[in-house]
Amino acid sequence: MAEMLTKSRARNIFYGGSLFFVVVFIALAVHSHYHIVNTSTAGAPLTEAVAHGKSVWERHSCINCHTLHGEGAYFAPELGNVMTRWGVQDDPEGAFEVLDAWIEAQPSGIEGRRQMPHFELTEEDKRGLAEFLRWADQTNLQGWPPNDAG
Amino acid sequence: MKYQTQKIAYPYILCALALFAVQVLVGLVAGWVYVAPNFLAEIFPFHILRMMHTNALIVWLLLGFFGAAYFLIPEESEREIWSPVMAYIQLVILMVGTLGAVVSYAFEIHGGREFLEQPLWVKLGILVAAVMFLINVTMTVLQGRKTAITNVLLMGLWLLSLLWIFAFINPENLSLDKMYWWFVVHLWVEATWELVMASILAFILLKLTGVDREVVEKWLYVIVATALFSGILGTGHHYYWIGTPGYWQWLGSIFSTFEVVPFFLMMSFAFVMVWKGRRNHPNKAALLWSLGASTVAFFGAGVWGFLHTLHGVNFYSHGTQITAAHGHLAFYGAYVALNLAMFTYAMPLLKQREPYNQVLNMASFWLMTGGMCFMTFTLTFAGTIQTHMQRVMGQNYMDVQDSLTIFYVMRWGSGLAVVIGALLFMYALLVVRRKEVIAPGASNPASSESTPIPAE
Ligand code: HEM
Ligand code: HEM
Ligand SMILES: [Fe+2]
Repeated sequence: MAEMLTKSRARNIFYGGSLFFVVVFIALAVHSHYHIVNTSTAGAPLTEAVAHGKSVWERHSCINCHTLHGEGAYFAPELGNVMTRWGVQDDPEGAFEVLDAWIEAQPSGIEGRRQMPHFELTEEDKRGLAEFLRWADQTNLQGWPPNDAG
Repeated sequence: MKYQTQKIAYPYILCALALFAVQVLVGLVAGWVYVAPNFLAEIFPFHILRMMHTNALIVWLLLGFFGAAYFLIPEESEREIWSPVMAYIQLVILMVGTLGAVVSYAFEIHGGREFLEQPLWVKLGILVAAVMFLINVTMTVLQGRKTAITNVLLMGLWLLSLLWIFAFINPENLSLDKMYWWFVVHLWVEATWELVMASILAFILLKLTGVDREVVEKWLYVIVATALFSGILGTGHHYYWIGTPGYWQWLGSIFSTFEVVPFFLMMSFAFVMVWKGRRNHPNKAALLWSLGASTVAFFGAGVWGFLHTLHGVNFYSHGTQITAAHGHLAFYGAYVALNLAMFTYAMPLLKQREPYNQVLNMASFWLMTGGMCFMTFTLTFAGTIQTHMQRVMGQNYMDVQDSLTIFYVMRWGSGLAVVIGALLFMYALLVVRRKEVIAPGASNPASSESTPIPAE
């Protein structure tokens, strides 16, 4: 490497530059935080049901089979837009009913088809999940996914 | 081995290898579920298998890093480790936490954020262990000689531990949750862990090739500078479609493209050091692993990462089998192979005998690496077809998956090769032999007593 670049110069560039990028990143992260809260997820209130639904989602680790907004495991369908796919995004009661029927029908037991386990959920849990998925579905994701298949 | 406390690395390596075995065996089972979906579906469903697979991976890689630190810091700082007792307690905490997590997963007690499923008490245990570790190695380094290798290593380890704080922060707002989740996941593998990787690689190459320390350390600073300059804002490649502002599409695309640079430099660094080498070190297997790690890291992280990092591509490929393909080769090259390089280098010294079973060890390198590459290819094909059918043509997810079975069968076959390779590696490293199976040629020194070189 060039003689110009001594070890101590390389070190100083490393420390100085990294600090610079950390500061820029923090500034953008703060801005993104407010953007999420005030704009991209602001279309529907984050109710208690939504929060409860998220905790149910986590308690059963749905993320380790499904993707949600494209993140998670790749074993089962995308759920960030499932309420749109089911046509119940604007119908809370319908959303609950379809989801309730779905959960209770698992596992399908069909030979050669991937199985979703049976989860013991109360009505409150299922209402929460439906609200959580509807809430996720209304997030502004810059146009993603490309189509309803998710 | 010049310092008694380097021995601490030994139990760390053993525990890491045990978890490595768990990781790949459970991976094999999870891969089988893709082939035969009803397998274990009621008693051990896929999501439990998957979290065991990924958690075992992360913990054993960290154990490997800790072990590597305990091995190299005494040599670098020319001091014994400050408190060996603390180092052993740290290991016990980590192992109790890991086993506790595995048992609770089996009973379906777990958190719900990908990779961070550990129950709260395990997360706290990890935090305590990390703090103990940092105090211990920092005290050692402060009292001894300070080198670029220990500087960078410690900086990486401090920062990655700090980022662990975000494992405890889980906002109710899903998009916020995702944004902070990446502070741990991305800023680990594409920033802080790269510092750890580069410094361990520098240490091994320094020892194996005997190149001047000044040269090695200058490379080291340049590599880690490019890693952080690109990797920090490169986090943006995960902020395209989760509710974060649109400007991340440009920032993420541009900066994450530059993330290829540190991986290219690490690969070049390894080859240049070998080329300039002044020492014919007998541990050829460690050399193969070091060159292999930096090369496969370049392909897995650099090439396969770039493949889907531009937002125009990622719009279609996001969250498909392409992501899984990249995740596997990147983790394997950058962190698995690097750890195995360090184990291969350190074990003969820790046990104070010749580097034995090298030919077997090198065979395991090719078996594992071949297996992981094949797995990456099959998943990339599967992901390409999936992207086209599902994201472009709009066909239903489950129907598309049905047409990908052939790739999942081939992936399972390559997984079997990886498992056999991993077991072979452990055998080669752990089982005692007096002599090399295949006798080395005349110009190939077989003693592990490498001749000292000037300036070291
Ligand atoms: C025996 C060989 C292996 C098999 C059969 C296997 C199989 C699997 C399977 C089925 C998944 C779940 C994918 C999904 O979500 O649908 C997975 C995930 C994962 N595996 Fe492996 N694996 C193996 C080895 C490895 C190795 C050696 C590594 C590390 C280098 C690794 C790292 C990962 C990671 C990081 C994920 C999460 C991927 C992501 O979220 O993108 N696996 N593996
Ligand atoms: C050794 C370093 C790296 C490792 C271990 C790694 C590992 C991973 C893993 C496991 C994921 C999946 C995360 C999830 O579950 O959602 C991922 C995603 C991703 N990685 Fe990497 N990666 C590395 C470096 C890179 C680099 C250098 C690039 C870019 C050049 C890159 C680009 C991406 C992108 C764009 C995604 C998102 C994929 C999607 O949209 O689904 N990675 N990486
Ligand atoms: Fe990333």
